[in-house]
Amino acid sequence: MQRSNNDIWVGLLVLIGAAALLFLALQSANLLSLSFQKTYNVSAMFDNIGGLKKQAAVKSAGVVVGRVKDINFDGNSYQARVVMAIEVQHQFPKDSSLKILTSGLLGEQYIGIEAGAEEKVLAEGDKVQDTQSAVVLENLISKFLYNKAAEPAAPESK
Amino acid sequence: MIFKGLARIGWSTRVWLADIGHAARLFVRLLSFAPDCVRRFGLVRDQMHFLGNYSLAIISVSGLFVGFVLGLQGYYTLQRYGSASALGLLVALSLVRELGPVVSALLFAGRAGTSLTAEIGLMKAGEQLSAMEMMAIDPVRRILAPRFWAGVLVMPILAAVFSAVGILGGWVVGVLMIGVDSGSFWGQMQSGVDVWQDVGNGVIKSLVFGITVSFVALRQGFEAQPTPEGVARATTRTVVMASLSVLALDFVLTALMFSI
Repeated sequence: MQRSNNDIWVGLLVLIGAAALLFLALQSANLLSLSFQKTYNVSAMFDNIGGLKKQAAVKSAGVVVGRVKDINFDGNSYQARVVMAIEVQHQFPKDSSLKILTSGLLGEQYIGIEAGAEEKVLAEGDKVQDTQSAVVLENLISKFLYNKAAEPAAPESK
Repeated sequence: MIFKGLARIGWSTRVWLADIGHAARLFVRLLSFAPDCVRRFGLVRDQMHFLGNYSLAIISVSGLFVGFVLGLQGYYTLQRYGSASALGLLVALSLVRELGPVVSALLFAGRAGTSLTAEIGLMKAGEQLSAMEMMAIDPVRRILAPRFWAGVLVMPILAAVFSAVGILGGWVVGVLMIGVDSGSFWGQMQSGVDVWQDVGNGVIKSLVFGITVSFVALRQGFEAQPTPEGVARATTRTVVMASLSVLALDFVLTALMFSI
């Protein structure tokens, strides 16, 4: 294969393309932040997960300690089973509680862990008992209206 | 009369079917010459130089301006909902998923596809292709296949450059000119763009578009009437057909990739 000037220019083109892809992968998609740390799986049942999605963050005290790995429906208890992968360096007591929270008013939903007091810590395959479902706006409103209706009407002043 | 009409319908159906079959056979032949193109990479390299390097200027300038406009329009719309901090996410997702592959494929069809069609059409009109066949050189292998593979290889590069330059353009307008916070611009982008789901699918899209545009351009040139009007008509058809098939394929690919 003979070498020519075109080699240099095409090489440059390929390099520019590779640089652009690298830029997209690192700067815009943040490939480096994908954690390859070891994790352990913990599951929990929720009555209602609201808008929680796979890959949503699991936070404790606002710091990301893991990700939601899987969400499915449990036909026996009619609840949602959420499997979370938590990084190994973070250990939580067995009686920790989980809440589905929303970041900001309309932000995405995440799971918050509140540490309990027990000495034993959660391990691979454990199930968290104490959970609190996502707040569904419709339920909140209907509860509010129901309570309003149940209140005795204000006595008319004469 | 009725019989004549029926005969005409039958004839045009046959011509149409034969067209599709012919195109499919040419496509399979182009694919099967991939090993030859690897062996004689010099031919592909020269075409990559012609198709890629010379398209780089128009691609990056267009990407820059598309990024500028996205930054401006996105800011005005997002600001109404008080979420101007999501500007980076908006710019990056629209470029990486859609605009990068599609617009660069349309530009590529106009900039490089037409020149492929005209070149091959004129080769045919000047009977260079027949002359090659006389010398027992297969014009599909020697002329068409290197151009096809060069187009396929160059397209993802151009689309990636388009997206990257576009994001920089959005950054210039959003952060430097309007004053969106730089940290939230990049931070929202990084938390919302997925490497495989968004960037990877964008690359797959641009590969498919590269195949489409190069194939349409080469086939139009190869099948052109060997006259000046024939070449002119083939060039026009290249732009129309390549653009339409890119847009239609984009819809199909988007529906396949991003439906959950």
